[in-house]
Order: sequence, then C-alpha cells, then structure tokens
Amino acid sequence: MLYVAVALSSFRRYSTYTAATLAGIFTNSVFGVIISFSYIAVWKQNPSAGGYDVTDALTYCWLAQAMIMTVAVWNGGTTDDVAERIRTGDVAIDLYRPVSFLGWFLAGDLGRAAYHLLTRGVAPTVIGALLFDLRFPDHPATYLAFLVSVGLGVVVSFGIRMLVATSAFWLLDQSGMLALSAVFAMFFSGLAVPLVLFPEPFRSLVLALPWAAYMQVPIDIWLGQRHGTAVLTGLAFQAAWSAVLLLCCAALLRFADRKVVVHGG
Amino acid sequence: MADRSGTRSGDDLRAFTILAAMWIRVSWTYRTSFLVMTAASLVITGIDFVAILVMFSNVDQLGGFGLGQIAFLYGATALCLGIGDLVVGNVERLGRHVRLGTFDAMMVRPVGVFAQVCANEFALRRLGRIAQGTAVLLWSLTVADIAWDPARVAMLGSMVACGTAIFVGLFVLGAAFQFVSSDASEVANAFTYGGNTMTQYPLTIYPTEVVKALTFLVPVAFVNWYPALFILDFPDPFGLPGWLRFAAPVAAVVVCSLAALAWRAGVRRYRSTGS
Amino acid sequence: MALIEVQDLARTFTVRRKAGRLRRTTDLVHAVRDLSFTVERGEMVGYIGPNGAGKSTTIKMLTGILVPTSGRLSVAGIDPSRHRVELTRRIGVVFGQRTTLWWDLPLRDSFDLLRRIYRVDTDRHRRNLAEFTELLGLGDLMDTPVRQLSLGQRMRGDIAAALLHDPEILYLDEPTIGLDVVSKGRLREFLRTVNAERDVTLLLTTHDLQDIEQLCSRVMVIDHGSLVYDGTLGGLHDEGSSSRTLVVDLVDEAPPIDVPGAQVAKVEGPRQWLTFPAGASAAPVVAAVAASYDVADLSIQEPDIEDVIRQIYSRGFSGMSQSKGLLPGGPT
Repeated sequence: MLYVAVALSSFRRYSTYTAATLAGIFTNSVFGVIISFSYIAVWKQNPSAGGYDVTDALTYCWLAQAMIMTVAVWNGGTTDDVAERIRTGDVAIDLYRPVSFLGWFLAGDLGRAAYHLLTRGVAPTVIGALLFDLRFPDHPATYLAFLVSVGLGVVVSFGIRMLVATSAFWLLDQSGMLALSAVFAMFFSGLAVPLVLFPEPFRSLVLALPWAAYMQVPIDIWLGQRHGTAVLTGLAFQAAWSAVLLLCCAALLRFADRKVVVHGG
Repeated sequence: MADRSGTRSGDDLRAFTILAAMWIRVSWTYRTSFLVMTAASLVITGIDFVAILVMFSNVDQLGGFGLGQIAFLYGATALCLGIGDLVVGNVERLGRHVRLGTFDAMMVRPVGVFAQVCANEFALRRLGRIAQGTAVLLWSLTVADIAWDPARVAMLGSMVACGTAIFVGLFVLGAAFQFVSSDASEVANAFTYGGNTMTQYPLTIYPTEVVKALTFLVPVAFVNWYPALFILDFPDPFGLPGWLRFAAPVAAVVVCSLAALAWRAGVRRYRSTGS
Repeated sequence: MALIEVQDLARTFTVRRKAGRLRRTTDLVHAVRDLSFTVERGEMVGYIGPNGAGKSTTIKMLTGILVPTSGRLSVAGIDPSRHRVELTRRIGVVFGQRTTLWWDLPLRDSFDLLRRIYRVDTDRHRRNLAEFTELLGLGDLMDTPVRQLSLGQRMRGDIAAALLHDPEILYLDEPTIGLDVVSKGRLREFLRTVNAERDVTLLLTTHDLQDIEQLCSRVMVIDHGSLVYDGTLGGLHDEGSSSRTLVVDLVDEAPPIDVPGAQVAKVEGPRQWLTFPAGASAAPVVAAVAASYDVADLSIQEPDIEDVIRQIYSRGFSGMSQSKGLLPGGPT
C-alpha cells in the first residue's frame, strides 16, 4: 500500500543520520542521569508524590527522555518539511497530488517515529535500566498497549505540529508561532516535570490538554498507573485528540488550498 | 584568545563590539520577531524554575535546601550561563564555518578569528535566559536569610564573574574539538547545558563521586555551589576542604587557560591540514 | 625585492584511507612541490591548472591560511604564515564559490563594517566606494541583502569589498565562474582598470581561459603540484606547438590543396582547412593558395588556447618547458 511505502522510505531516510542519533542518545542519557537524581531527592522527601513511588518516577524520567524524539516534541518530524515547502512554494505540488496531503506526511512521520523509537527510544531506556532501578511491565499486553499509545501520541503530536506548520501559509514570520509551540509542548507534555506532580486545579487541567497525550498517557500505561479500563480511556483520550486535531488540520488545509489557487502558489 | 600571528586583544574586542552591534541593529529592524524570540527564550529557559516550583508544591526542601536557597543556586547558574552563551555561544557554530568556507573568509581579515566567530550572528535574544536568571536570583536574595557583610557581597560579584568565565571556557573547549570532529557540538552541549542543569539543584542530591567530578574534573561546582556554601553559610555536606569556597577564580583561570590552548591548537591544526 | 617571492615552496598532506577491511594506510599527497616564482608589483598573472593541481593550496599559503611544509615565502616583505594578520591589511581576496560578505546584511552595511574593521580613513573609503559603485554598477544593489543577490551581483560586491582598503595585491579564486558573458566582460574590464590605475597586482586562478587571454600578460601553469610553465601568453602558444588554420573556400571542389608550409587537415566539399605553425605568417600560404587555385573566400582561425592547455596538461610534468630553458633549475 502506498502509505506503508511512504512510511518505510521515511524510516530509511532518517536512519542515515547515525552520528546525530548517537550524539542525541548521549545527550538524552546525560540529562536522564541528572533528572533521575532530582527525582530521587523529591521522592525521598515525599515518597508518594503525585501517586508515584520513586521507581515510577525514575522510569518516567527515562521513558520521557526516550520518547522526546519519537514523539518529536518540538520538531524533527516530517512537519519540518511542510513548513519549508510552504515557504518555498513547493507545497503547491503536494496539494495537487492525487494523494491525501495529511496522509502522506502522517505516514512519513510514523515511519520516522518507528526509527526514533528503535534507536533513541530503546537506547536511553536500556542505559537508564543499567544505571537505575526501573519498573518494567510484567504483562506482554501492557507492552502492546504501550506501543499503541506511543503511536497515538505521535499522531497527536503530528496534529499539533502540522497546525503550527500550516500557519506558514498565513504568517510570514513563523518564529513566534514556533517558540510558543515549543514552550507549550515542553511544559505540558510533562517533559519538564511529570504532570502528576502538578497541584490541583492545574493537575486536572493539564491532564486534559492534548500534550498530555504525548508522554504522560503512554508512560502511565507502562507503569501500570493506568490498568484495566483506564488503559482504554487513556487510548480513547489520545484517539479523540488525534481526531480533533487532524480534522482541524484538514479544515485549515482546505483554506490554504484556496489561498494557493488564488495566489498561484 | 587572540590569534598568535599578531592581533592584539584590544583590536579583537573592538572588532567584536562593532560586529555584534551590527547584528543587534539587524535584529532590531525585525523588531516584533526579536521581542517575541527574547520573550520565548525567557519562558523556555524559565520553565526549569517552574518545574522546581511544581516540585515544591509536593515537598518543602530538596537535598536539605529550601526553595529560597535553591532559587539562589538556580538564579546564579542561569545568569552565568546566560552571559556566557550571549558572549561566546556562537563559537559552537565553528564546525559549520569550517565546512562552508566562511572560516577562510574570516582568516583573511585583520581581526582574530575567535572574535569574528563569536560575534557572527550575535543573538541578543539570549538576554531572555539572563533576565529570568537575574529575576530568580534577586528574589532569592529577598527570601533567603543571608547575613550580608563585605566578604559576602564580594563573593556574590566573584561568583557571577568566575561562573561566567567557567562557562565561557567550557563553551570554547567544546568548540575547539570541532576542529577535529564536527559532530563534537552535541557532546559539548552535554557539558555546558548539562552542567547548568546539574547546578540548578543543590549538589547534595548527587553521590559524592559525582560532586568530586564536578569539582575536580568539569569544575561547574565552582559556578554557584561553592560560593553559595559561603554566602548561605552552609558547612560542606561532603566534608570537602573549606578553602574550595574561595577557589572559583582558580577554577575559572584553569578552564579558560585550557580553552585558550585548545583553541590555538585547533587553529594551528587547521592551518597545517587545511580542513 | 619582488612583491611576491616564492622559493621551493612545498605542501604535503597526509591522508588516511581505508586499505582493505580493517587496516588504514596513510598516503602522502604532495599538493605543491618545489614551487618557485616571483611576481613584480603591477603584474597581472594567471594561475591555471587542472582540478587538484594545487592552485587553491598555493593561494591559501600566499594568504597565510595554510602553513607551508617547507620552502620560503615572502609577500610584500612579510612571511604569511608568521604574520598573517599584518599581511591581511595589504591583500584582498575574492573566493569565487563563497562570499566574504555577510549573508544577511545589505551591501551597504557590509562595506561599512569592512571600513571599520580595516580602519580605512572615511574619506578614502567614500571615494573608493563611489568609484567602485559606479564602475561595477552597484548603485541599485546597495540596500539589498547579500543572500538576495544573483551570482554576478554578489561577485561584483565581493570584488568591491576586497578592494575597499586599497590592498596591494588582489587574489581572485575563480572569479568568473558561473557568470554570463556580459558580466564576465564587465568584470574583466574592471580588473584591467584597477590594475592600471591603482597599480594593484593581480593573481588570478581560473578555468576560463578567456580570462587569461583578456587579462593576463603572464601565465603560470601548475600540474600535480609543480609549475610546468611560467611565461607569456604568446609563449604558451609556442609551447603547445599549436597551429593556425587557414580556411579556404574554393570555387569548385578540388583534391587536397598542396602548398609548401601548410597541411590539409580537413576537406568538406569546396571548403578545405589548412594548418600551419602558429609562429609563422599566413601571408606566404595565402599567396601560394591564391596563385594556384580558384579561391572564393579565405579566413584564418587562431589556435585555441584550450587545445594548447590540454596538450600541456597531457604532457604533464615531463620537463618539456624546463628543457627549453623557460623555468629555473633543471628537471627535478
């Protein structure tokens, strides 16, 4: 099928960046170590902060580092290409192809995510497990649910990144948009600090935002914080945001399409 | 850091100022973008402190230090890194200059290459980190219970000066490796930005070996930790000698000397291998 | 003392490469070997050679970017590798494939920055800038950022930038590459003016032999790191034992023309191509042909410098030029 082919070629493309990948794994590991010690200090003071114990927290830390690139929290996904192509006008070619614009880039992004999961996802997790005592799921079903959740997280992330990228159709200077998006993503995805640590009422608010779908939901599944029906509600949460965001993207693209036609690309 | 064959530091400083001023003027012509980027830089770097605040909604102290004292550590390291990044941050683009040939273009001008590399694309938006670091530091001075005397005030000034110098040295050391391998930049970041992140927290949260490494190997502990022990009047939790509190200038000199040597060696290597 | 003095200059690189699956060998690449020449003030010298011959390496050593492995080098009385910065005030460099200007700044700002960096007296800078702007047609471009300029426009900006501080020597590394015919002509005109009026010594590396023909009275040919020719342009033709061609259009087809001093190279219907040595005059050949054959029209083709160079490259560093006594020192 076409989209599988797109995903595979995207996987291949990103696999050529070996040096960058290795350097990135090193950075992830260094920060993983630093953050681990800070979490150990927090949980020593409050052993059940946020409903986690210290092992949960350490696992969270390393999984979050592992997922930064997979979920492409800021950039590094195929949506970078989109913004560039809008700027140069090449996007006109993409819009007139007899293939879904969104489908094409989403398939590419999933292919890329697969590569990053295997490299910058697995490697820091292994390193973290060697250095610290981490929690691993005992049920194979949990692993499966985790992977599905990661996939959905990538789709939600794609949705937001695509919305930001398409703003290039209307905004000449994207730097503000990108900066805003980066700040929100970094903070509300739980990268800076686990979302469960937020005091109420922020906690509930933050867990309802789309960024919670990036990492907090998959990691909670892994940790067993979400089990049974909670797993399904988590996945449904991610799926719901995916649908909403993709619909918004599609709508925006239709507006953009009209703009491209009017301006001749 | 002047090139050996003949520039004087005064000349280089003058050229740096002229070039940096030009870049500031250019970014000011795109005013809104510049202000947005500076604000963004402030918020992005400030998120680390918001994370600490969130942690403190769950605990009262970390590693034996209260929020005000941690704010002191955080503010100091952010300020020092911020100034260092502003002044020499662009040196990490060295690999790109070599690759694109702009390094050669710099070598045929009557100005030291180091000054040119640092001034190139001078990014005033980095004030964002400096601003939030200063704000947190000032706030910490109001809440932490410090027994001010002339020695402590002097230590505060020394802390900012030496801390900045240490980060500057680390930036340059990391960049000098790009003469040998262009992939070195991300590894170098782990030392500079990693060093900054580590020193946001009291070093009591790390094992003793790590603290010793941060004292004698990659001396970022001198940026804020040892001066803080003196200013906040804490006994050394690891039983390390008390004179370390006053050794930040030594650390700064050592790091910067190594950095200068590494840079010169790098330029020499470039001039004898042509790449 | 000559402005540029090069004596037994050599530059060797060690290159590591894979030999087999695990081993690595080091090769010694002699980019430049035993190079010796002098350049006097006011000369316009062309420096040509095949790719990889050592042209860029030589320029890098002359400008102080690269340190020689051995030999002596003196530019304006200065040793470039030891006193690079002092030398930079007296030279200007134009890199053909990359710019020395600041990518994001308008031309005007770049020129002003250079004025301050080189500490050029304001009045002198203004006069120079006015003259270059006019001669190079930069007037409309002054407020355009360099990244928005076309290649030709950028090249003109680079040349102006290189001359603003009144250097004594201008090095040009492939300055006309990628330019259209009109731009090339204007650039060459400008360089001639600069050399004549400001006594700027020019050293030009190029692949475009038209540049050489139009600008340089002296040519140095480098191949595999060694100088294989150093002399006048005319001498280069002699070197190549190139020939001129007389194109004869006869009234009717005829068998190959037979006259002394010329050979028939090609026959196509009534048109025949006769070649004779480049040094010889065409007059006797023309007279002989006209006397014995019914000629409708005649024309003379000069030897193609490309052919000459190609011959020299293919002969390589075989000591041909040295045997004719055109280079100092015997064969190495």
